[in-house]
Amino acid sequence: MIPVPEINLGGVLPALILGVAGLLATLLGLFVRKGAATVGAIIGFTAVLIALAANAPLRFMNTPAFSGMIVLDTFSWFFNLLILLSVGLTILISMKYLTDQGLDLYEYFAILLFSSVGMMFMVSGTHLLMIFVGLETLSIGVYVLTGVLPKSSKASEASLKYLLLGSFSSALFLYGAALLYGASGSLSLAGLAKYFQSGSVSTMGLIGMGLLLVGFSFKVAAVPFHMWTPDVYDGAPSPITGFMSVGVKAAAFAAFLRVFFECFGSAQVTWSHILWILAVLTMILGNLAALVQSNIKRMLAYSSIAHAGYILIGMVAGTAMGAAGILYYLLAYIFTNLGAFAVVTMVGRKGEANISIDDYRGLGKSHPALALAMSIFLFSLAGIPPTAGFIGKFTIFGAAIASGYIWLVIIGVLTSAASVFYYFRVVMKMYMEAPEVEPESLKFSPSMALALTLTVMVVLYIGIFPTTYLNLATESVKSLF
Amino acid sequence: MIESYVPILVTFLVATFIGSAIIVLSTVLAKRNPTPIKLMPYECGMDPIGGARQRFSVRFFIIGMLFIVFDIELIFLFPWAKIFNQLIPFGFIEMLLFVLVLLVGLVYVWKKGALEWE
Amino acid sequence: MVTLEHYLVLSALLFALGIAGVMLRRNLIVILMSLELMMNAVNLSFVAFSRYLGSIEGQIFVLFVMVVAAAEVAVGLAIAVAVFKQRGTININDISLLKW
Repeated sequence: MIPVPEINLGGVLPALILGVAGLLATLLGLFVRKGAATVGAIIGFTAVLIALAANAPLRFMNTPAFSGMIVLDTFSWFFNLLILLSVGLTILISMKYLTDQGLDLYEYFAILLFSSVGMMFMVSGTHLLMIFVGLETLSIGVYVLTGVLPKSSKASEASLKYLLLGSFSSALFLYGAALLYGASGSLSLAGLAKYFQSGSVSTMGLIGMGLLLVGFSFKVAAVPFHMWTPDVYDGAPSPITGFMSVGVKAAAFAAFLRVFFECFGSAQVTWSHILWILAVLTMILGNLAALVQSNIKRMLAYSSIAHAGYILIGMVAGTAMGAAGILYYLLAYIFTNLGAFAVVTMVGRKGEANISIDDYRGLGKSHPALALAMSIFLFSLAGIPPTAGFIGKFTIFGAAIASGYIWLVIIGVLTSAASVFYYFRVVMKMYMEAPEVEPESLKFSPSMALALTLTVMVVLYIGIFPTTYLNLATESVKSLF
Repeated sequence: MIESYVPILVTFLVATFIGSAIIVLSTVLAKRNPTPIKLMPYECGMDPIGGARQRFSVRFFIIGMLFIVFDIELIFLFPWAKIFNQLIPFGFIEMLLFVLVLLVGLVYVWKKGALEWE
Repeated sequence: MVTLEHYLVLSALLFALGIAGVMLRRNLIVILMSLELMMNAVNLSFVAFSRYLGSIEGQIFVLFVMVVAAAEVAVGLAIAVAVFKQRGTININDISLLKW
């Protein structure tokens, strides 16, 4: 008999709950005649709440599961939390979106849940196989979600481009994994770490590391691997764009951090130079390109590229403080950016007709609450106190200074000063200009109101009282160092 | 080691020689008298209905897609079946869960009517 | 004697061919095939390494890569059909509503 390996289902409990809910939504949706999307959304949202409750007591566990393929440590706990939050908010925003578009797609929520399962496996995987399978589960789900609008040729084109470039980057990632396997004889992160600590790293191993870096850079949309981002973000349904910009980015950064700090930590001198260059290029190009956009989704896409650059600064710093900064930054970014995309969804109306920045003219007068929320999100994206985005940037820049990367921080500060310009342009349009034709009044739905209230409150709250959350982030990265 | 490949090489050479000899000889020696009926593509004795490069119904794509997905999952069943005896009951339950997930997919496809031809 | 290097060179060549196919070809189906070629080139490396190192891990990885690649192609074909229905073409150059 072959001994049964230790399973430890507790290690994958949140993912398990979401996965079962996804299957349930698929099946139930088939047998509901009308309002199937609402059923899917309710199942999904309930599952997220249950998973949040189930996740809470798992803090400070440090248990490997499935014979060491997966680990539940403070780091994966934190990212499971982030993913659950972003899925929950996305479901709330999507309900309003699907009603606006007149679509009754319950599959939408099932796929959303499945791709978050992939994210959870990706953030807690301690084996390249697990990380790869998680990455693909998440990506394939998001490819489908991008093209989910049946009549929109923009959406299917975006989804096509995402699929082609996404699989291309997955293949590069895979080749990197193969080379690392050949060089070290192991695919588990622990085995790779041992190999890199031994000091005699072959060229093949280094090339493998480089290819993994390229693969991850694609997923987090770092320049020069960002080409897909603006098109895909533009073509995808607004809530999905929000989900991609926070959930996918958080999961990809989690695996990026875990692989590079846990395995290649001893080769940090090599990769931090490359990341330095990537971070600078990403910040400069992201912010400059965002300056000239007239479409709000493209502007937010380039802004999300720029934010990947700021997060990369934390990785270059290479310390626990830098990593903690990244975790806090991502927490703040999830609420800020999903909030901003909630507003974009609201203003977009049927068929996403109003996604030009000019459509925001006069919003301050016609919908003061919505305009105020959008302004708060934009302030947070620009990093202006007292919002969460400010504390995030502050922590990451502080960590980089402590590690001696003065120039990197100077470039970061300069580019974020430039970013203020394009964020403020939207605020100006909302308050200072009047629309040519007074548009119909927008209708809030309860789910949308809930999502907006939550995001605004959290962005302000963790911006004003950041200590608890900074400590949470600092504790969470302990398992990496 | 390398000697054991000699028979394969010999077979390869002989096959190449015979193959090319037949083609060359038949082009050099044979009489040519083409008629339209002779030049027609041979489709089991029937008159050809149309060119081979015509478009296929998009339904073939759906069937093909479903085939790829469900067929490739068998990959996991083969190694499992090989050591099934040594995995009872854990492996059985495990695989049951796996197939159950696939079953949900099948029910979905079925109910959506992707398996209906008309 | 066929050594590990032979397999690695072959795998690298196939991978490069796949990259060239993705970059140069304009037909969507051919691009999907090239992506598949890239993945399978990696599979070859994995199997060769697995044999060379005497560890089974690489072969297990290959099984997963095959399944993932199949799922990706299935989704790719579905999207290709959707694009074809809307545009009547699967030439990448003609699919450019969004500027690159």
